[in-house]
Amino acid sequence: MSVTAIKKELAPQAAPVPAPIVRMPAQRASIMERVTPYLHGFAINVIPPVITLLALLLIWQLLCDRPGATLPAPTVVWNEAKDLILEPFFNLGSQDVGLGWRVLVSLERVLIGFGLAAIVGVLVGCLIGQSVWAMRGLDPIFQVLRTVPPLAWLPISLAAFRDSSPSAIFVIFITSIWPIIINTAVGIRNIPMDYRNVAAVLRLNAFEFFARIMIPSAAPYIFTGLRIGIGLAWLAIVAAEMLTGGIGIGFFIWDAWNSSRLPDIVVALFYIGFVGFILDKIVGALGNLATRGTAAS
Amino acid sequence: MQRPYLKIDHVCRSFARGSTSTEVLKDVCLTINKGEYVSIIGHSGCGKSTLLNMVAGLLPVSSGAILLEDREVNAPGPDRAVVFQNHSLLPWLTVYDNVRLAVDKVFSRTRNKAQRHDWTMHNLELVQMGHAKDRRPSEISGGMKQRVGIARALCMEPKVLLLDEPFGALDALTRAHLQDSVMAIHAALGNTVIMITHDVDEAVLLSDRIVMLTNGPAAHVGEILDVTLPRPRKRLDLVANSQYIRAREGVLKFLYERTHFVDSAA
Repeated sequence: MSVTAIKKELAPQAAPVPAPIVRMPAQRASIMERVTPYLHGFAINVIPPVITLLALLLIWQLLCDRPGATLPAPTVVWNEAKDLILEPFFNLGSQDVGLGWRVLVSLERVLIGFGLAAIVGVLVGCLIGQSVWAMRGLDPIFQVLRTVPPLAWLPISLAAFRDSSPSAIFVIFITSIWPIIINTAVGIRNIPMDYRNVAAVLRLNAFEFFARIMIPSAAPYIFTGLRIGIGLAWLAIVAAEMLTGGIGIGFFIWDAWNSSRLPDIVVALFYIGFVGFILDKIVGALGNLATRGTAAS
Repeated sequence: MQRPYLKIDHVCRSFARGSTSTEVLKDVCLTINKGEYVSIIGHSGCGKSTLLNMVAGLLPVSSGAILLEDREVNAPGPDRAVVFQNHSLLPWLTVYDNVRLAVDKVFSRTRNKAQRHDWTMHNLELVQMGHAKDRRPSEISGGMKQRVGIARALCMEPKVLLLDEPFGALDALTRAHLQDSVMAIHAALGNTVIMITHDVDEAVLLSDRIVMLTNGPAAHVGEILDVTLPRPRKRLDLVANSQYIRAREGVLKFLYERTHFVDSAA
């Protein structure tokens, strides 16, 4: 018998109500009581977003389902663009491919650009965090550069690389590197003196100190930077691709706009949102995995 | 013991903040023999930890010198292992890996992998922590963390073991238990130990000599008390021991009569 059921039995004995009368309903309720917490948890997590989503779709439908509406209603989107939703991986030639393929092309660019930004950003962040001189020298420059909008870098990088794909990757790199550098530097500066003393007593060399103390100790900060960085990278790729062309999801939106396929754009926006959400969750989960034990000392 | 093992020779230390500099320690002289257990006691803020950090090499001396086996101490190293007050275990490593990191570093050339593993386990067993080797520091109690800290220091086979208020953050029962462990280890291995403490009973129970520092600023060695109680010492037997009571009284008198407690230093 479950603990809750036993408690139900004991409680009436203390009360002036006769025990047998209360015991029967208490036992019958025990199965329901065991299931209810799960149902309850499911309900509070799932029902509100579903209701909100349905309500928003309904408002959208009402607003856009009249003559003269400039944007497509949900039903129009479904009717005209359901092949994009249902078949993300069709391939009918060079420019006519499913949105899944396009997202993968964009993701590849993001992963190259973001991967480079992660490596360079963590190393530069360590340098700035560790060396007061480097911090004083580089920090003002970074504080200025990080405010430059991603797309402002695009003409410069197009001029430098003379090709659209490396330019897009460079824009990703330069957009996502700043939060990584800054958060890593803060993490390194916050390494407790105790750990530095331990390293000093053990006479760890520079590389051992980097690998055994700096990186694990700053990991929570580094992953915060990476998480902000991947978000910015995903924001930047869509904008960059709209200008550079190619197969990516960003160019798809631009192309759909030019051929007046508004329902396609709506579907593409949902794809972008979902992928960005998943990227954020992946980096967050990696961070939790890598920093378990570090947070609580 | 003709030549002193560790010699602290007219050591001064001052800290500068802006244009004003405060002299924390002035002309501290102390010689410690091999295998001796020396406690340094004094009021908070008198510079006990500063002195220990200088012996560890974590802080430079302003003037004077610290000599270990006739060599000047000017950088930290595993021959002067420190047990820090707040254990300072690396939270991302298991208990075993925390000790193993030190073993690997100190014996990377002289011992092979299997020997280093055995030595790590040997030291963990010495502090009765072998059973928790795969736990992380966040999963064990404060007393257990401090045991691992001691194992990490012992495994380096230091010439001098430096204990910086090692039991300060522990409850009384755990502290007593750990003190017994440290006494047993000291009896078995014969380490040279310097311990910072502000617990009079702890100092008398564990030490061969108690060094009492005067109040800062410009603290110096006010008095040195020899504790000649025979070892092994048993906590319960000592409660009524007249020699123990006299030693305790001597330290207390120094702390509360000769050097008045300074409120601002607390």
